[in-house]
Amino acid sequence: MNTIARLTIAASLAISAFGVSAASATEVTFYYPVAVGGPITKIIDGYAAEFTKAHPDITVKPVYTGSYQDSVVKAITAAKAGNAPDIAILLSTDMFTLIDNDLIEPIDTLAKSEADHEWLKAFYPAFMENSQTGGHTWGIPFQRSTIVQYWNKDAFKAAGLDPDKAPGSWDEMVAMGKTLTKRDDSGTVTQWGLEIPSSGFPYWLFQALTTQNGAILANPEGTKVAYNDPKVVESAQFFADLSRKYDVMPKGIIDWGTTPKDFFEGKTAMMWTTTGNLTNVRKNAKFAFGVAALPKKVRGGSPTGGGNIYIFKTGDKAKTAAALEFARFLSTPERAADWGIATGYVATRPDAWETEAMKKYVADFPAAAVARDQLKDAVAELSTHDNQRVTKALNDGLQAVLTGAKPAKDAMDQAQAEATRILSAYQH
Amino acid sequence: MSPHPPRQARTINVHIQGWLLALPAIVLLAAFTHIPGIATIFDSFYATPHGKRPAAFVGWAQYQTMWTDPIAWTALKNNLLYALITVPLSIGLALAMALWVAGRIKGRSALRLAFFTPTILPMVAAANIWIFFYTPDYGLLNQITRAFGGGSVNWLGDPSTALPALMAVTVWKEAGFFMIFYLAALQQVSPTLYEAARMENAGRWTIFRRITWPLVMPTTLFVAVNALINAFRVVDQVIAMTGGGPNNATTLLLFYIYQVGFSFWDTGYAAALSALLLALLGLVSMLQFALLGRNVHYR
Repeated sequence: MNTIARLTIAASLAISAFGVSAASATEVTFYYPVAVGGPITKIIDGYAAEFTKAHPDITVKPVYTGSYQDSVVKAITAAKAGNAPDIAILLSTDMFTLIDNDLIEPIDTLAKSEADHEWLKAFYPAFMENSQTGGHTWGIPFQRSTIVQYWNKDAFKAAGLDPDKAPGSWDEMVAMGKTLTKRDDSGTVTQWGLEIPSSGFPYWLFQALTTQNGAILANPEGTKVAYNDPKVVESAQFFADLSRKYDVMPKGIIDWGTTPKDFFEGKTAMMWTTTGNLTNVRKNAKFAFGVAALPKKVRGGSPTGGGNIYIFKTGDKAKTAAALEFARFLSTPERAADWGIATGYVATRPDAWETEAMKKYVADFPAAAVARDQLKDAVAELSTHDNQRVTKALNDGLQAVLTGAKPAKDAMDQAQAEATRILSAYQH
Repeated sequence: MSPHPPRQARTINVHIQGWLLALPAIVLLAAFTHIPGIATIFDSFYATPHGKRPAAFVGWAQYQTMWTDPIAWTALKNNLLYALITVPLSIGLALAMALWVAGRIKGRSALRLAFFTPTILPMVAAANIWIFFYTPDYGLLNQITRAFGGGSVNWLGDPSTALPALMAVTVWKEAGFFMIFYLAALQQVSPTLYEAARMENAGRWTIFRRITWPLVMPTTLFVAVNALINAFRVVDQVIAMTGGGPNNATTLLLFYIYQVGFSFWDTGYAAALSALLLALLGLVSMLQFALLGRNVHYR
């Protein structure tokens, strides 16, 4: 046999083998927002393998797509090039953008059985606020969070405060912050009272302040924002005052990524960050720490945050059905509990907290339930049409206030004007 | 059967051969540079297609938006400032380093290697190292200022220091690379010129000003064009270090184009901004060649 003949046979064998496998198995591409490597990818790979064991005719191919920002860029670019993922986990706030670009399937039109009906009602209502609009459900909560406050009990004790009590109100937070801020002989601060990060997406942490001050930033239709509501302006002023007036927080922009490290290093006695950092803090804090719901002004509260499962429009019925099956699989009570324990995200449905594994975990580590208990006061994360641009207007305004470039009123008025201009296209 | 083909056929043959040789380069340039460039300008006259709504012709509307967009102006201003400061600074530093390590000094290779090291680091890795230099309180820079009794500076979190902080990274990274070109240029300067100058008892400054500087001018031009183009191509370190903040203080043109194009998905407006960048770069290189060309002595 000559070489060409051999190659031809090899190629035809390969093609037929491929053809057979393609006919018997549906392959589902799954975008997951994490950089390559690390413990998280192992868990996700494990879920995919477990799913294939239960459904031998479906293989799930996880693709790790970097940060949330990178992931939505990749998903939209791929979809525009006709190569959309079948299923993806993206920010819950990306919902309007994905709808406007006609990229995702409303899940309630795919999942129509009685059991499905129950499934869609199984999640915490606070998480569904960012998952439903226009009478449809577009996302299934997966890794959702709220903002909580972490405090260093040792630092509290050293400053003469009750180590078991976090600030319950804004006034208390400022007073405790002043006690906790320590300076050396030259007047340089060696320990700050508090850090609320303000880099990248300051609007999210700011939304906790506006919620506590009794304001709602956007309407549920995502067509109007209230950036220059007096209560919002007041919140922005307070955010800036923490560093510029009360001197309990570092001046300028506080980096989101280094805030936990500042906490571990004892550079700040309190910090606000996502409950998704819980496992990280538990592992790295070398001191006794506490976790509590955020302090109150006129009410308590935090925005929810984090990622939902979306099913993309691919025009392939088999793949869409397989993707739906995988979404159901990822959101069972057992798996929601497992994921919550592994990462610190809030298990997304009440019955997940009734599982044995979760009960045991909470009994051992009560801090894990703080974010869940805060859900009753939680509001939907700021999300509108043309979301990135509308939130950028707020981010820019906030950073201008925090760095002292503009007074709160002017900055918020400007942000409102910009957002109104962008959203005018969506007023029907 | 004549041993020589007719003259005409041969000339055609040569032409075909020439074009065939150039073909790979032409195809690559056309596919990845010229066609996308022209398509960008074309797209900038259309609205962004949205979902099922196709792109409509809008004429100069995208450019009018740009005219009234304060962030576009900030990005342009930041970028001009960025170029104006980083280009001369990295060129000056490169030449100084090259002059130093060109001479016969101890540990010359080690010094050259040290100066060149920043260049071989990937930008994102370098940016992450610098983030830790700039971290307030326990970052390297603040530890130094504290040791001398200074306060803590939030380098990347303050609008007045954030852009200079990014510039420092660029200068640090580029100077070593440009030094290599200057080192090569200095080897080309004939030693007889220096010998003659020494016989005339010329001072070091005179030697530099009358011999070295004019003779490395072609390198300076080359490096300047490259540095200027690089200054307008910065995007990775902005993404890695500041995300354009605080309040757009570090938003540069290409970063803004990326944001408009891939965060806002306003591809029409991103195309218009790209056309502006393209025009700007074309203009700058033309000016540079015209102005500096007169003072450059090619051999």
